[in-house]
Amino acid sequence: MISLPHLASLPVTPGQLTGLLAILTIVLMNISRGRAWYHLPSWEHAFGLVGLSLLVDGQYLGLIDAPREAMMGETGRIMYVHVPSAWLTMVVFLFTCIFAVGFLLTGKRVFDLLVESTTEVGIILSILLQATGMLFAKPTWGVYWDWDPRLVSTTVMMLSFMGVLSLRAALDDAERRATWTSVGAILATTSMGVTYMSVRWWRSIHQMQSSPDTIAKPMVLILRINAFAFLFLSIWLIARRWRIADAQARMDEAPPLPPEVTV
Amino acid sequence: MNWILRVPAVVSKELLIEWRERSRVSSLLFYSFALLLMVAFAMPDVRMLGDIAGGALWLGLLLASTRSLDQSFRVELENDSLEGMVLWPVDPLAVFYGKALANAFVLILVAAVITPLLGVLYHPSWHGQPWALAAVIVLGCAGIAGPGTLVASLTAQARGSSALLPVLLFPLVVPVVMASARTTILLFQGDPMGQVDNWLVLLLIFNVVHWSLDGLLFARVVEEAG
Repeated sequence: MISLPHLASLPVTPGQLTGLLAILTIVLMNISRGRAWYHLPSWEHAFGLVGLSLLVDGQYLGLIDAPREAMMGETGRIMYVHVPSAWLTMVVFLFTCIFAVGFLLTGKRVFDLLVESTTEVGIILSILLQATGMLFAKPTWGVYWDWDPRLVSTTVMMLSFMGVLSLRAALDDAERRATWTSVGAILATTSMGVTYMSVRWWRSIHQMQSSPDTIAKPMVLILRINAFAFLFLSIWLIARRWRIADAQARMDEAPPLPPEVTV
Repeated sequence: MNWILRVPAVVSKELLIEWRERSRVSSLLFYSFALLLMVAFAMPDVRMLGDIAGGALWLGLLLASTRSLDQSFRVELENDSLEGMVLWPVDPLAVFYGKALANAFVLILVAAVITPLLGVLYHPSWHGQPWALAAVIVLGCAGIAGPGTLVASLTAQARGSSALLPVLLFPLVVPVVMASARTTILLFQGDPMGQVDNWLVLLLIFNVVHWSLDGLLFARVVEEAG
């Protein structure tokens, strides 16, 4: 196995290099399009840049610097993807519910578009969560899938939000679609409580929720770095998806009538 | 709180429609009965039927519920009755609770007919109390009918509503189906660990949460439905 140096001993970290490369790409694109070199098209790209750099360094720390997990050995390193994706799935779906309530209270279109964006990003995160969970389960539990309460409830939560997107796709009227999607999202959120509490309510082979007190100190910092990387990248994805949804909504609005031509 | 006084009127209107179209309830009964037979045919060994009787009962009720819930709002779309209902001088809460109670009643009726049939066809052993079985049937059917009524109101006017209803409803009622099936199986096979009470409490909590929340959400749904 190739042994790589610890992150602190490197003159430039891989995350910093990735960030510099991304900035260089943006500068070159700006120059080639005749814009000012420092032009940032949208504010969310700043989150994307920081998130990408943090992710690269966080994963380097997880794979190289982090100590071997006492029980699971090298396999335990997958938790630096699995755990942040689990946290962010819950956070993003919680924001889906907050935006849905916001829409029902205010009727503002921005909340409806954010419900759509956060639902889609939440589903992507939950697919990542399930995929890494299955890869984690095979060497530790001996199977990719077990009918464990945590696994089943997470899948049910993902299906609930997929149902919301199906409902959204099946409605034509914009007002009705917005209201009913919000109602569906709030209903789907009720499955989150079962998912969160499943490891406490039932005898589960999945471990209980961890806290910084129950995790080794070097691992806590690495988990936090990866969690912030996932958070920043999620904000970037949600904002990008929101801009697409906003453009789509503007396009769907009836175009202005052409001026009357008198002959 | 005047809307509570209107709930019986909505329930009686719903049940009157069911009574006038009795073929709908009878088709639900035949559907559930046919499903019990199909499950038996699909099993590799008929001696296993006693073990899976509880699960088969709730699978049958869940599938029957999708048909009855879909119908409960489909009839409102005929002759623009939904618009008329929205214009009623009645609180939407009364409409929701009236419809949900009527849907729960129809499901309980189906359960009351197919449970004895299940006993005859599947030969499950019996170790429970009749009141516990009655409680799980009432709580389980109410747990499906409460969120089911709200979901049916959402999907009734969407494209492909018949397919969309289960897509939204099934993930939502997984705790109900799981708790009801496990409780019924424990009542059939015995409960040495005393788990029945815990499952019934879970069913009760689910019902309290959904019957409170769904009524409030229904008001917003019908505002857009008319």
